[in-house]
Amino acid sequence: MTRRGITLVVNGREHVLAVDPNRTLLSVLRDDLDLTGSKYGCGEGRCGACTVLVNGETIYSCRAKVGDQDGKAIVTIEGLATGDQLHPLQQAFLELDALQCGFCTPGMIVAGAALLERNPEPSDEQIVAALDTHICRCGTYGRIAAAVKRAAVLRTEAVR
Amino acid sequence: MNDRDPLVPNVDRRGFLHTMGGGLLVLCPAPARADAGEAVAQDAPPARDDIEPRREHAGAMAPKAIAAWLHVSPDGVVTAYTGKVELGQNVRTSLAQVVAEELRVPFDSVRMIMGDTNLVPFDNGTFASQTTPLMGLQLRKAAVAARGALVAQAATEWGVAASSVVAADGRVTHGASARSLSYGELARGAEFVGSVPEETALTLGESWAVAGHDVPKAKAVDFVTGRHRYASDWKRPGMGHGKALRAPGYGLTLKDVDTSKAEAMKGVRVVRDGPFVGVVADDEHTAARALASIEARWAGVPPEGTHETVHEQLRATARRSADDAKRPEVAAVRAALEAADVKVAQAYTASYIAHVPLEPRAAVVEWRGDDRVRVWTGTQRPFAIRTDIARAFKLPEEHVQVMVPDTGSGYGGKHSSEMEVECARLARVAGRPVRLGWTREEEFAWGYFRPAGVVEAAAGASRDGVLSAWEFRNINSGTAGLDTPYRVASKHVEFLPAPSPLRQGAYRALASTLNHFARESLMDEMAHALKIDPLEFRLRHIDEDRLKAALTTAADRFGWEKARANKGPGHGVGLACGAEKGSRIATMAEVAIEPETSRVRVVRVTEVFEPGAVVNPRQMANQVEGAVMMGLGGALFEAIQFRDGKLSNGRLSRYRVPRFSDAPALDVCVLTRPEVLPAGGGEIPIVGIAPAVANAIFDATGRRIRSLPLTVNGRLPAADASDPTAPAR
Repeated sequence: MTRRGITLVVNGREHVLAVDPNRTLLSVLRDDLDLTGSKYGCGEGRCGACTVLVNGETIYSCRAKVGDQDGKAIVTIEGLATGDQLHPLQQAFLELDALQCGFCTPGMIVAGAALLERNPEPSDEQIVAALDTHICRCGTYGRIAAAVKRAAVLRTEAVR
Repeated sequence: MNDRDPLVPNVDRRGFLHTMGGGLLVLCPAPARADAGEAVAQDAPPARDDIEPRREHAGAMAPKAIAAWLHVSPDGVVTAYTGKVELGQNVRTSLAQVVAEELRVPFDSVRMIMGDTNLVPFDNGTFASQTTPLMGLQLRKAAVAARGALVAQAATEWGVAASSVVAADGRVTHGASARSLSYGELARGAEFVGSVPEETALTLGESWAVAGHDVPKAKAVDFVTGRHRYASDWKRPGMGHGKALRAPGYGLTLKDVDTSKAEAMKGVRVVRDGPFVGVVADDEHTAARALASIEARWAGVPPEGTHETVHEQLRATARRSADDAKRPEVAAVRAALEAADVKVAQAYTASYIAHVPLEPRAAVVEWRGDDRVRVWTGTQRPFAIRTDIARAFKLPEEHVQVMVPDTGSGYGGKHSSEMEVECARLARVAGRPVRLGWTREEEFAWGYFRPAGVVEAAAGASRDGVLSAWEFRNINSGTAGLDTPYRVASKHVEFLPAPSPLRQGAYRALASTLNHFARESLMDEMAHALKIDPLEFRLRHIDEDRLKAALTTAADRFGWEKARANKGPGHGVGLACGAEKGSRIATMAEVAIEPETSRVRVVRVTEVFEPGAVVNPRQMANQVEGAVMMGLGGALFEAIQFRDGKLSNGRLSRYRVPRFSDAPALDVCVLTRPEVLPAGGGEIPIVGIAPAVANAIFDATGRRIRSLPLTVNGRLPAADASDPTAPAR
């Protein structure tokens, strides 16, 4: 196994890691950086639980090789709140009880945050299209979609 | 009397026994608390390195002692102990609500300790919708007893009558002398002595101030921030990552194995423990590479059959009585069927399906020497895990501590211990804590499934639409929901075991997912044969108000009459209802069939669920919505596919579960009856959706589909001459 010095900028902090570049980004985030908010659900990019942002775009970190992320800016669920101030999506999820077991929640929120960045007022159809790759086995889809809409409102209010 | 306690207050024994009176009164200062310092975050890895002492009542069977269940700290924090665990059904919140209600404390002052086998009384498992009716009831009674003990203690200290002391808002108050103490000040850290009486006057549902209200999910902020650590997130110092060697299919045993390549890998420890083979490495990637390097030969006979032949197989191998028709109960119903004006006899089937909890099984096991072990795992049955580990390693159960962080769901799929035992083997041999997290493929293949099943059923009715005969047999999948809530003169229901080719076990609502489907489909077929509105046909055979009310409420909300009359082309409506586990359910669905593709779209669903009193209405509605969504999977497209003892779709890219785009417009109504003791809501809300959709498909197309899943990847199956659901007779 070869290790390489890889630089990841995660939630604004730079980490230089000596890791096998073939390891998944998910495993490095969780096991090396102890950022366990991103989850393993399927290892195939079919459930969305591992979703993080790389240079602003959502990726399935369970399939992304850490070697390919060298020098990139990564945002995980842990990086969405600013100090004690929750991200509007986090607030909206709390307001609308948009979680049951909570395992899909970080992935949903990260993907939802990326959606709202590129489309601040998404329609119901656009929300479904953006999140359809995410599984919520507890079936909380209705409340999650409503939370994304609510977060759009909160976000607009915050900006004003 | 608590003999082990050296700190009995300065009262002579007779005086002590005198104030014991009704057995509830005196608080004894406790020794240093086993879980002190763990208060804030049961879900953070503990800082201390020594083994926490076990609480006195840990593992006790149905202990009567109040102290087994409740404790009040000097700062007023109320700790409630339960062997139930939090899996997303939100009992961490609802149990705290009932404790807060009966103890008369603010909700925020209650903390739940759940599922830690060193701290909580014995519990058989979090399943069967029992947490609310049984554990909720137990904690309510304990809280009432605790409240009485606090009032009595204050009365004693103040020299006043207990009846003049009021407990409210976490304080005891004697109005007449204006004296008041918080519970924490009063108890001064002491344990309760005395018992929870059998008969307890509970606060009526109609008076609830904390229970019965929409209290937000406990610790929700930890979940939306990613702070909460599931078992799969747990870490221990020096922890390694483990993998277990798997057979390529079922029915195979290891013949020989060559682990030399793995052994040569740096940082890899190969573990052999009898037939078990695994590896431990410093990181998961290395462990996976080590596992892949192992060469193994397997031998054995895979189970017979495929998902296409299994129902035929079950019908052929079902353990039927030799002389069935001669049994009096069978003869009677057959005679009634024979005499009926209108008869319908059909068979209904359900496939094996998988739970697919989003968090696959994972555990961390840490040994202390050879004979003490701690396990952090996401399980529904911490005490069963404890027993199985103790047995596997020949340890006393008290030497095994199982802890359950709030878990990423179970749905009945996390009852068994094979993963935890594997992890314990790896940790023991490797000599370090080990994390074992199953892959999604392992979760599909090496857990267990909801049973496949066949229902053979027949109904008879008079020409004017009165049910006269009902014969109903479930093969293999089980007895839950086997009976019918409808009035019928002659009835025979029966369960027939059959050998199952695949490993099976509990699933959300168990066999009810098939039994309610079969019953409500057969009722629908009979209603159509009689040319009676399916809703009317149900109502005329229901005697009790609760089920009638659920049905009529659903009909009003759905607009049943109007929807039937005005449905558009390709649209259909269907309904189902049932009564089980102390609750009532009525589900109505509208489907639309796309003309070119035959794709079935569930347009809207109304579901009414009535479980008696409701402890947390908003979270209950969340559970009901979720159960309908999950049920759509079993109804429409979920099915385990297998042949030659191997799964062909044991991964998420091949096993379809409901997604955002499958969600219908969902109208959920939780009906509450405050005068009825609260029933659980984790399961029964799932049983109505499959029959409602099947009946709606019939209404839209005239095609009766009698097998679950109803579609082939979302589309109506091609009409097929060979029908595994051909009538039994």
